[in-house]
Formats: sequence, structure tokens, C-alpha cells
Amino acid sequence: MTTDASTIDSIDPGQPEHSDTVAIQAFGFWIYLMTDLVLFAAIFATYAVLGQNYAGGPTGKDLFDLPYAFVETMFLLFSSATCGLVMLAMYKGRKGWVLTGLAVTFLLGLGFIAMEINEFYHMILDGNGPERSAFLSAFFTLVGTHGAHVIFGLIWMAVMMGQVAVKGFTTPVQSRLMRLSMFWHFLDIVWIGLFTFVYLMGVM
Amino acid sequence: MEQPQIDGAGAGRGSFKSYGTGFLLSIVLTVIPFALVMSGALPRSAIVFGLLGAAIVQMMVHLHYFLHLDASSAARWNLLALAFTLLIMFIFVGGSIWIMFNLNYRMM
Repeated sequence: MTTDASTIDSIDPGQPEHSDTVAIQAFGFWIYLMTDLVLFAAIFATYAVLGQNYAGGPTGKDLFDLPYAFVETMFLLFSSATCGLVMLAMYKGRKGWVLTGLAVTFLLGLGFIAMEINEFYHMILDGNGPERSAFLSAFFTLVGTHGAHVIFGLIWMAVMMGQVAVKGFTTPVQSRLMRLSMFWHFLDIVWIGLFTFVYLMGVM
Repeated sequence: MEQPQIDGAGAGRGSFKSYGTGFLLSIVLTVIPFALVMSGALPRSAIVFGLLGAAIVQMMVHLHYFLHLDASSAARWNLLALAFTLLIMFIFVGGSIWIMFNLNYRMM
């Protein structure tokens, strides 16, 4: 009856984490991702309600440049693929490949966010900032929230490059890398919804 | 030093083949909706269905090939959490849109 409790007590805090810990951390992170999905759903609902209220300002058709959004999408998709390759290299214990892969993923993510900031900058410069109409407020909130997630992912990735270089593949480092890859793939999934509902449907 | 093996529960293990397949499918499923809208060859309603279909399939491709979500026992709780989240999202988004559009209609 008391087996579980005694097992927990018997774990020496100095020992490397048990493999169950990694699975529990991954599941906990998955639950976080699900709550993040609810956050995005709330902002998507806001966009769905406000997305047609142009207040005489520009519509999606005037503002969105599809080839530009396509290149952004490709940056994120390629970074998702290289992130997967980082996981494969990690399972094989190839430190050099993991660091190279993380650097490539980082640069692709940086390319994505640079394009997005450039897009925002020019929209605001043209007087089409979030204060222009309800549509633009909702647009900046939705795309900006995703962009903020990507920026946090990039910071996390930079930290992980340092940890892999300094600490090597300890169990906690591997566990963190795995959760980082979950986060990164998750952001790519949210972007699918974004380019479909905001950019493509906005231009139609 | 021996590498500690970690079990990929939650974001299970992929292989080069599975990541490659997922990546190629994603490219195709991204090119299709962009091509549909940019060419404008189809009637509007057909394009909307095409966009929704491509987006849903691509999300499933990402979940399966990149996040390794399937019906296996290791991923069952993840799947259950996702199903519950989708239910919440459906009530949340569907309900908001329903109420707001109804309100808009009545205020006209």
C-alpha cells in the first residue's frame, strides 16, 4: 500500500533524475501547451469577431503580401524540421550536430521574427498600427502573441545551446531540449492556423 | 561516459524517415492553400473548403510526425488532454462567435 510513498522517499536527491521524471516533465509541459492553445483560441475568437471591423481603414486585402507570408511560413517550417533533426542527433549523442542544428534552427526562427517585425514596422509607419481599427487591434494582438512566443523560444534555444556546450547531455539537459522541441513544433502548428485564417482568408 | 537514455514520452522518438515524411507533406500542404488563393482559379466557397482542409490535415501531420502523437499507450494521456482542450476551444470559440454575431444581428 505504501509502496509509492516509500519509492519517492528512497530517491537520493544527488542522483540523476529517474527516467520517469523526464516523462512526467514532458507530460506537464504538454498540459502547459494545451493551456497555451486555449489562450490562442481566445485570441482567435476575438479576431473572428473583430476581424471585419475596418473602421474605414485598410482591409486584409490591402495590407497582406502573400509571397511575403509564404516565405515567413517556410522559415518556420524549415526550422521545425531542423529542430526534429536536433532531436535525432541528441538521441545519438552527437554534440556537434546538436549545436549546429540548434544554431540553424535559431537562425531560421530569427529570420521569421525579423520578417514579422519588419512587416509590423512598415504597417505602423504607414499609419496602420493597432490603433487604426478593431481589425488591426485584433491582428496585432493575435500575430504579436505568436511572435512573442517565438522570441521566448529563441531565448530558450540560445540558453540550451550554452547548456549543451557547457554541461553536455545530462538527463536534465536532454529533457529540456525535448520540451523545447515540443514548444517549437507547437508554435508551428499555431502558425498554420494563423496563415490560414488571417493571411489567406484575409486576402480572399 | 555512457549517455543516459531518455524515454521520449510526450514527444516520443521520431526517425529520420518520419521527420522527412512530415516535412514533405507540410511543404505540399502549405503550397496548396497559397496556390489556391493566389491563383484564384476556383470559386470562393471551394477555396474556403480547400484552405480549411489543408490546415486541418497539416495540423494532424505536425501532431503525428513532429510531436509523435498517436493512440499508443505512451501518448494516450497526451491525446486525452488534447481532446479535452479541443472541446473547450470548440465551446469557447464557437460560443463567442455565436453570441457576438447574434448580438450584432439584433443591434442592426
